[in-house]
Amino acid sequence: MADTVWRTHGRTRRSTRTLRVRASAVILVAAVLAVLLVPPLVHLDQQAVDLSQKLLPPSWEHPFGTDDVGRDLLLRCVYGLRISLLVGVVAALVATVVGTLVGAAAAALGGWTDRLVMRLVDVFSSVPHLLLGIFVVAMFRPGVWPVIASVAVTHWLSTARIVRAEVLSLRSRPYIDAAISGGASRLRVTTRHLLPGVLPQAGLAAVLMVPHAMWHESALSFLGLGLPSHQASLGNLVQSARGSLLAGDWWPTLFPGLLLIVPTLAVAGLAGAWRERLDPRRRSELML
Amino acid sequence: MLDLKNITAGYERGRPVVREVSLAVAPGEAVGLLGPSGCGKSTLARVAALLHRPDNGTVTLDGALVTEWRHRAPRAQRTTVGVVFQSPRLAADPRLRLREIVAEPLRATGRQIEVRERVDELADLVGLGGDLLNRRPHEVSDGQLQRACLARALVLRPRLLVCDEMTAMLDASTTAALVAAVERYRRETTASLLAVGHDRTLLERWCDRAAEWTELSG
Repeated sequence: MADTVWRTHGRTRRSTRTLRVRASAVILVAAVLAVLLVPPLVHLDQQAVDLSQKLLPPSWEHPFGTDDVGRDLLLRCVYGLRISLLVGVVAALVATVVGTLVGAAAAALGGWTDRLVMRLVDVFSSVPHLLLGIFVVAMFRPGVWPVIASVAVTHWLSTARIVRAEVLSLRSRPYIDAAISGGASRLRVTTRHLLPGVLPQAGLAAVLMVPHAMWHESALSFLGLGLPSHQASLGNLVQSARGSLLAGDWWPTLFPGLLLIVPTLAVAGLAGAWRERLDPRRRSELML
Repeated sequence: MLDLKNITAGYERGRPVVREVSLAVAPGEAVGLLGPSGCGKSTLARVAALLHRPDNGTVTLDGALVTEWRHRAPRAQRTTVGVVFQSPRLAADPRLRLREIVAEPLRATGRQIEVRERVDELADLVGLGGDLLNRRPHEVSDGQLQRACLARALVLRPRLLVCDEMTAMLDASTTAALVAAVERYRRETTASLLAVGHDRTLLERWCDRAAEWTELSG
């Protein structure tokens, strides 16, 4: 069905699109499998220090090289990606669920509830969200959960706005009038007609938020406010590699950086394809 | 059955679409409401179906004064009136199958047990045969979808049916079939009808009396 509709760009464009979607899927599956399977299957200590092996460039023995205390960077990167992905996925999920509930409730209830909630969202949005995130992590001891909380607290706002707008546009449709006339309660209208209508949008927002949340984790860790510095996360790896970068050792910065950028592009590629399926008419604006 | 007195209604403050309109529908009576497009007759239909709060005037339904609209109206009062809209495309949730669309009011009012029997009964009444009930709105024609919308409006056995330009988008044979279905329902239940439209020939033949929009304003 999906490939029979809309063919604006001819065959060549389509085939690169398919290629991009497939490449994105392969990269993401590989990344997820790596972070799920490597820690239980490979019994190497990611924290094992070997000063005789410090700052070795990439080789067969250490494909990503070693860091300034001789730890294998490939292993550190896999563990780092694991933590970053965990933070990204959990924070995006929490933010999306909270945002969807708040947005749907505001739109469904309307009136002063809607005004109050949306002014609150405006107040939160008026603070730069990295600053708000720093404020949240600063209240707790460094760890995974404060970082997740800080990212989630600052990211439900945009989802709430999207969902509210979508629900408002659905709410004025005659089928909602028909449901009210058929005796449906507010709750019934919301769960039966409004939420199913916005779920694809909310799901898309959630997927796009995963890389965004990973970048936030990295930013917080890079500033030294996120995860404790011994814990491998992509942000921490880039942060600790800063010194050696100035000395001309490029690998401790490059590989964690790539692991942040490549999955981000892969998620964007898949989400772009998903968005095209949701609304094929807007395809041209969404090419990434 | 339904008594609309001096209704003033609109969507923006100070700019009423309907001004001081009065209209009464007696029990069992079929009233046609004729008017050009854009004159506010759909708004009046929404007021009659308790879907739009008028700025002024009184609505009496079954002898009881209506004080609340939409969700705030008591469920029993809301479901006294069945409503069919002009565009079946906009009036049907695109995610639900036709069977679920028709059954939705029963489910919403906690009458699941009746679903199977009642949906089959109504599919028969409005002429939805075969596998049509298992399709989604985008897989059926406007006429078939409007049949489902009429079935949904009748599923709770309303004592007043409001048809807002129900047949404006349909061909003559579907129009005839839908009108026949409404009339069969009314014969069985002695329900009243308020049919809004601009097709004089149709409304004059269908209804006991056809009211002219211009003559309703006080």
